[in-house]
Amino acid sequence: MSTEKHHISTYMSHGVVLTILLALTALSVGMAELHFGAFSVAVALLVASVKGTTVLTYFMHLKYESMFTRIMVGGVFVIYVLVIVLLFFDYLFR
Amino acid sequence: MAEIKNIAPSEHHDYQGSKMGMWLFIFTELFLFGGLFLVYAVFRTQYSADFHKAAEETNTFIGTLNTVVLLISSMTVAMSITAIQSNQKGRAIRLLLVTLVLASVFMVNKYFEWGHKFELKLYPGSEVLTNLPKGELLFFGLYFMMTGLHAIHVLVGMILLTVTIFRIKSGHIHTGNFSMIENSGLYWHLVDLIWIFLFPMMYLIT
Amino acid sequence: MSHSETHPQVSYLEYQGKYKGILGWLTTTDHKRIALLYMYCIVVFFFVAAILGLTMSIEKMRPGQDIMNAQTYNGLFTVHGIIMIFMIVIPGLAAVFGNFALPLLIGARDVAFPKLNLFSWYLYVIGAILAVLSQLLKGGAPDTGWTFYVPYSAGSSTNVIWALTAAFILGFSNILTGLNFIVTIHRMRAPGMTWFKMPLFPWSLYATAWIQVLATPIVGITLLMVIAERVLHIGFFDPALGGDPVLFQHLFWIYSHPAVYIMILPAMGVITEIFPTFSQKPVFGYGAIAISSLAIAFVGYFVWGHHMFTSGISYWSKWFFSFLTFIVAVPSAIKVFNWISTMYGGSIQMRPPLLYAISFVFLFMIGGFTGLFLGALATNVQLHDTTFVVAHFHYIIFGGMGFAFFAAIHYWYPKMYGKMYSDRWAYIAWGFTFVGFNLLYFPQFIIGVQGMPRRYFDYLPQFQWGHMLSGFGAFILLIGLILMAWNLIYHVKRGAIAPANPWKGVTLEWQIASPPTLENFEEIPVIKHNPYWFGTEEEIKREKKSVTRNT
Repeated sequence: MSTEKHHISTYMSHGVVLTILLALTALSVGMAELHFGAFSVAVALLVASVKGTTVLTYFMHLKYESMFTRIMVGGVFVIYVLVIVLLFFDYLFR
Repeated sequence: MAEIKNIAPSEHHDYQGSKMGMWLFIFTELFLFGGLFLVYAVFRTQYSADFHKAAEETNTFIGTLNTVVLLISSMTVAMSITAIQSNQKGRAIRLLLVTLVLASVFMVNKYFEWGHKFELKLYPGSEVLTNLPKGELLFFGLYFMMTGLHAIHVLVGMILLTVTIFRIKSGHIHTGNFSMIENSGLYWHLVDLIWIFLFPMMYLIT
Repeated sequence: MSHSETHPQVSYLEYQGKYKGILGWLTTTDHKRIALLYMYCIVVFFFVAAILGLTMSIEKMRPGQDIMNAQTYNGLFTVHGIIMIFMIVIPGLAAVFGNFALPLLIGARDVAFPKLNLFSWYLYVIGAILAVLSQLLKGGAPDTGWTFYVPYSAGSSTNVIWALTAAFILGFSNILTGLNFIVTIHRMRAPGMTWFKMPLFPWSLYATAWIQVLATPIVGITLLMVIAERVLHIGFFDPALGGDPVLFQHLFWIYSHPAVYIMILPAMGVITEIFPTFSQKPVFGYGAIAISSLAIAFVGYFVWGHHMFTSGISYWSKWFFSFLTFIVAVPSAIKVFNWISTMYGGSIQMRPPLLYAISFVFLFMIGGFTGLFLGALATNVQLHDTTFVVAHFHYIIFGGMGFAFFAAIHYWYPKMYGKMYSDRWAYIAWGFTFVGFNLLYFPQFIIGVQGMPRRYFDYLPQFQWGHMLSGFGAFILLIGLILMAWNLIYHVKRGAIAPANPWKGVTLEWQIASPPTLENFEEIPVIKHNPYWFGTEEEIKREKKSVTRNT
C-alpha cells in the first residue's frame, strides 16, 4: 500500500514558512497605508500571489509532489488567467 | 502486478489516486470562487473610486487579525500531518484541536464584523445600502457574498477536521494510512488560500 | 484468483450483494449498474422532453394560438431546454456509456471512487426532482429559456429559483463524475496500457472530464449569484440593483459553451470506437484523434464570446472570439477525416451501430458547417436569434450527441444485457428517426435565414410552410424513437443470446463475457498492442498462447 516514500516536512520548516507569510501580510498592510494610488492594487495582488504560491508550495506540499500534479496545478492557474484576459478583452476595449 | 491482480476494488486503497481526486476537487472550489473574482475584477475596474470609498468601511484590523489567525491555523494543520507521519498521535490531535480553536476565533471575529455592518444598516436590500452610489452597492454585495461563501467553507473545513480527529482517535488514520488527514489538510489550506486573495480585495484596497 | 472462487461466475445483472432487488440497485457501487440507473432516468426524461418539443411543433404548425397560450409556450421551451440540456445531453454519454465502458475499455474492475459515483447519481436524481418540481409548483413553470438571462430571470415571477437550484445540483453531479473519470484514467489503466495504447473513447472522456471539472463551477457560482440576487437582493447582474447583465452572459457562457464540448466529445469518442470495429481495420490517425480531443477541449474553453456577438461586447473581443471559434473547427474536421479514412479499404459491415455512426458524421457536418456561419461576425448579426440557430444546435446536439447515443446503445447493448436486438427493426427505426429529424430541423435553417425569430409563439404566414414541415417531421421522428425504444426494451427479455463478441471487436470489453461479471476481468489483462490491433487469426492465436504461457 503506502510503500511509496513520503517526504516528511519538519516542524521547524513549517514555522519558517509561517514567519514568511506573516511578514508578507505585514508588508501588504503597510503598503496599503502608504497609498500608492493606482499601484496599490497591483502591489496588493502581487503580495497575495506570492503568499498563495508559498502556501501551495510548502503547506500544500506541491514541492514534493509528482511533476504531473505540479503541471496540473500550474495549468489550472494559467487557464484561469486566460479567462480573465479574454473577459477583459471585452471590458477594456468597449 | 501480481498483487494488483487478486485484490477486489474495495480492498484496494490508492493513496496517489485519492490525493489526485482531492486536488481536482480543490480546482472546482477555486473556480467557484474564481467566478466571483471575475465579477469583482470587472466591477472594480468600472467603479474604482466607489470601491476605494466602500473598502474604507471594512475593518482592516479585524481583517488582518483574521488573516493571521488563518495563517497560523494552516501551519498547525501542516504540523499535524508531520506528527502523524512521525507516529505522534497525541500531538497530531492536539495540533488539530488548536486549528479548530483558531477557526472558531475566525468565525467569532466574522460574526462581530458582520454584526457591525448590520448595525450600520449596511446589509443587502437595506434602504441605506440601496441609496449608496452604484459602485459601493456592488462592493457590499460582493463583500457579503464572498466572505459569506468563504465562511461556509470554514465551517465545512471545521467539520472535516473534527471527523479527522475522531478517525485518528479510532486508529483509522495512522503512519501507514494518512490520506484522510492529508486531504482535509489540503482543504483547510484551500480555505486559507482563498482568504489570502479575499483579504487585500476587501480590506486593503483603499 | 481467490475472488473468482468466492463469487461464482454470475453476471453483474444477476449478482446479489447485501441487498436484493431494487434496493440492490439503489445501493450498488458497480459502475455498470450505475450506468444503467443513469440510462433509465435519461431515457424517461428524454421522452418527456421530446413530447414537450412535439407539442411546441404542433402549436407552431399554424400561425396564431392553436393548442396553448403564449405563456404556456414560454414555459414549454424553457422546460424542454432545461431537461434536455442539464438532464440529458450533458450527463448523457459520459454518465451512461462512460460509466459502463470506461473501466471495461481500460481493463479496470471499477472506477476510482465507486461510492462517489453512486453519490453523483443521487445528486442527479435530486437535481432532476427539483427540476420537475419547478414545473409543477405554484408560480408556474420558469419562462426564461434554459439560459436564465438576467434581467428577465431576476424579475420573472415563475419558479426560477427551483430551476436554478436544480441546474446547480445537476452541475455538481457532473463535476464528481468528471473527477472520478480523471483519476480512473490516470490510476487504473491495465498494466502495459500506456497513454497511447489507450482506446480513444477514454481519451475523449478524459478531455471531457477536465472541462467538467474546470468549467462547471463557474456556472455553479453564477447560478448561486442569481439566486442571491433574487432572494437577498444582492446586486450582481440586475441593472435595478446596479449590476451588469452582459457580465451574466459572459459567466454563463464561460461554462455553457464548454458544455457543448462536454456533450460532443464523448459522442466523438463513441463514434471512434464504432468505425474500426465495423470496418475491421485499425483506426486511421490514432494520435491525431487523441490529441484533437484535448485540443477541442482546450480551445473550446475560450470561445464563449461567440454567443454574445450581438450583446454589445467590444470590437476586439468579437474579433478574437470569432477567430478562436474558427480554430475549433480544425480538430473537429481532423476527426471527421479520420473516421472516413478508417472506413476506406476496410471490410465494412453495415450493422445498426455503424449506420447510426455514419448518420452522426453526416448530421454533425451539417451542424458544424452551419456553426461556421454563426461564428463569422457578419453573418452572425443576420442569423442571431433566428431559427437558424435552433436548427444548428439541434443538428449538433441531437444529430450529433443524440445519434451518437443511439449508436452507442446499439453498439454496447449486447454487452449490457447479453441479448441481441432485431437488426431489421433497428434499420426501420433508423429510417424514421433519420428522415423525421431532417424534416424537423432542416426547414428551420431556411426560414431562419428568411428572418423567422427563435422562441416566438406566433409568426408571419410566409413562414408557415417551414413550421408545417417541422411539425410533420416531429411526428415521424417520435415514431422512430418509439420503434427504437420498443426494439431495445422488448429484446432485453426476448432477444437471442448475445455472444461475448458479436461485432468481432478487438477492444477489451469484447474479450470478456456478455454481460460481464461483477468484477469485469477475472484476471487483469496485460496490454501489448495498440487498442485497435486487428491481427490475423494466426497472429492472435499465437499471441493468446504466449499469454497463457506467461501466466
